Amino acid sequence: MTPVLEVRNLSTHFMTRRGVLKAVDDVSFTVGQREIVGLVGESGSGKSITGFSILGLVDPPGRVVNGQILFNGDDLLKMSPTAMRTIRGKRIAMIFQDPMMTLNPVLSVGTQMIETVQAHDRVSRAEARARSRDALGLVGIPSPEERLDSYPHQFSGGMRQRVAIAIALLHRPDLIIADEPTTALDVTIQSQILFEIKRLAAEFGMALIWISHDLGVVAALADRIMVMYAGRIVEAGQVDGVLSEPRHPYTSGLLSAVPAAVPRGEPLRPIPGFAPSPLSRPSGCAFRDRCARATDICATEPMLEIAAGREFRCFHPHLWSAA
Amino acid sequence: MTNPLVEAVDASRRFSRKLDYAEKIANLFGAGLEEKTVHAVDGVNLTVYPGEVVGLVGESGCGKSTLGRIMAGIMPTSDGEVRWQGKSLAALQGDEKRAMRLSAQMIFQDPMSTLNPRKRVIDLIGEAPKVHGIVKGREVRDYVASLTERVGLDASYLDRYPHQFSGGQRQRIGIARALAVKPKLLVCDESVAALDVSIQAQILNLFMDLKREFGLTYLFISHDLGVVKHICDRVVVMYLGRVVESATPDELFDNPKHPYTQALIRELPSVTDRRRVFTPIKGEIPSPLHPPPGCHFHPRCPKAFDRCRVERPVLKKNGPGHISACHLNDLSATETKNATAETAI
Ligand SMILES: Nc1ncnc2c1ncn2[C@@H]1O[C@H](COP(=O)(O)OP(=O)(O)OP(=O)(O)O)[C@@H](O)[C@H]1O
Ligand SMILES: Nc1ncnc2c1ncn2[C@@H]1O[C@H](COP(=O)(O)OP(=O)(O)O)[C@@H](O)[C@H]1O
Ligand code: SF4
Ligand code: SF4
Ligand SMILES: [Mg+2]
Ligand SMILES: [Mg+2]
Repeated sequence: MTPVLEVRNLSTHFMTRRGVLKAVDDVSFTVGQREIVGLVGESGSGKSITGFSILGLVDPPGRVVNGQILFNGDDLLKMSPTAMRTIRGKRIAMIFQDPMMTLNPVLSVGTQMIETVQAHDRVSRAEARARSRDALGLVGIPSPEERLDSYPHQFSGGMRQRVAIAIALLHRPDLIIADEPTTALDVTIQSQILFEIKRLAAEFGMALIWISHDLGVVAALADRIMVMYAGRIVEAGQVDGVLSEPRHPYTSGLLSAVPAAVPRGEPLRPIPGFAPSPLSRPSGCAFRDRCARATDICATEPMLEIAAGREFRCFHPHLWSAA
Repeated sequence: MTNPLVEAVDASRRFSRKLDYAEKIANLFGAGLEEKTVHAVDGVNLTVYPGEVVGLVGESGCGKSTLGRIMAGIMPTSDGEVRWQGKSLAALQGDEKRAMRLSAQMIFQDPMSTLNPRKRVIDLIGEAPKVHGIVKGREVRDYVASLTERVGLDASYLDRYPHQFSGGQRQRIGIARALAVKPKLLVCDESVAALDVSIQAQILNLFMDLKREFGLTYLFISHDLGVVKHICDRVVVMYLGRVVESATPDELFDNPKHPYTQALIRELPSVTDRRRVFTPIKGEIPSPLHPPPGCHFHPRCPKAFDRCRVERPVLKKNGPGHISACHLNDLSATETKNATAETAI
């Protein structure tokens, strides 16, 4: 089966006054049909820009400088703006951390949803309204018929995020890219939304890229996980494998830094140091200033290694008994 | 037992909520929104002893920040009172009042919002101790340098402005600034919420070191139960303006009594204990403008029964240092089972 999405050697750079900022640097990955992939990493590591690049939403001074983005086999980077607009919203949808990026505060939710339906499908207003109502119902909004006439500000934060998800679902896309959509929400509400998303993705056969800095959320939701550091994917593989037997020292560092990794009350174990400034990354492995396993060879570029469904870029990966 | 450092006694705080700009616009389009009164904090009793780390958890808008502010003495109560070392804040005057104000410091989620962008680090941290005579003018620089070093910032940064720092560094500036006036109590309001996991671990370690070194007391507000469990001596759970449960972290996690606490713990995403099934509690957090009658949690509670819809449950003792506010406390084990079974049908 062809993957829904195949990203090959994607590089997205920002031409800033202080130099070229390599936000995304030679990133390759695939997303299979119906697959849920988690993209994790520290803030500034390039997660959002990866998502924006796929959707053609990178604005100057940023530019995709290299790579291919194959969506169901077609290269999105070669598509006309009109063709891209059709794909965006209809075949690929995005959900943002702030639902107000999607919602217009002065229009009722129903008006916005009906417009979204009619933007891509030639259907009557009544039919578009019925589809909008059903989508609200699917994401667990009570009395969806009445809520169509409400304005975004009449919803709570969690409800607004559900509306944004309902809008993303209107055209039953093949792929949804969700950029930290539950980060601002409470655990109980986050849990409801993860539950709904997981159910809907399975029901409609949608694939999902779930961007988050919360390993716990990705652990619970995703099939596969990709770990990003300084513009690169440094490790990728099945969630269970990566989280229980990480090969890359950055992945293991992230896992050791969570409070649950040490007994209660004991000092936590942060990764030493800080992420490098994206304008002055060290040559070779960008993690090398912070890595306990680094040696001289790490000043050269670690190549991507692929072993047993796991990919990583590291000269001295952790070894696990089975490996 | 030692005397409390700070206590909220039947403390309430109400706001009459004005319409914001977007809501006024929505009204132009016929939304029909009105001004209402919010009970942000509704009759809370909370005692914090010297040297304790008390965690305050609960959903957004449940009143954590408001309770934190009134306990730090930067916001008055509408009803009830806050006592600092046994004295009502309302009764404090002059020097005593000033001393209290310095003794309780708040540290916020976004330090940028409280750091004046036009001031250099040296002034941001050094001004208050100078004004309050904690340090002499010519010693300020050394004093600030020792503080920044203590929180892990290089002294060469003293002449920089806040925007030149990362989120984690700005949080360190905020902490150094609070420490500069030699506080007894730090009220940390989501102080690590915006930070990446590794930076969060650095800052949490710093908080714990400072506690030992300076004998600090913390009221630690967070929506992250994992963080709270790790660093707190006691956890207080709030729901819609009220305290619904309080216990040590071990007791709370092993033996949660309130159905809301039980849901919070069950739904906590965790890397170590991976769970592929979500069993969320139903329903939205109700608007604090129209809190449900009786137990505020009843519309979402899987165990609610008739009494919950009409009568507010009071906090009762479940065991040593463990209290909760739920009518199930009044039922025997078998009755609890029956009550639960009834609603399940
Ligand atoms: N100055 C104010 N004016 C009007 N209403 C307010 C004010 N401050 C808080 N409120 C309201 O009081 C309630 C409690 O707010 P508070 O900020 O204490 O919540 P919180 O638990 O800290 O939430 P969060 O987790 O989102 O920070 C909310 O409904 C809020 O909208
Ligand atoms: N409009 C922009 N101009 C310049 N640099 C940008 C812009 N947007 C993002 N960046 C930079 O690109 C890098 C990756 O950003 P982003 O993808 O948003 O990170 P993440 O989502 O992982 O937090 C960061 O260094 C960020 O500062
Ligand atoms: S390549 Fe070297 S520096 Fe980079 S993560 Fe591996 S061991 Fe560490
Ligand atoms: S008092 Fe009733 S509604 Fe409230 S938590 Fe207890 S059982 Fe649930
Ligand atoms: Mg981002
Ligand atoms: Mg708050």
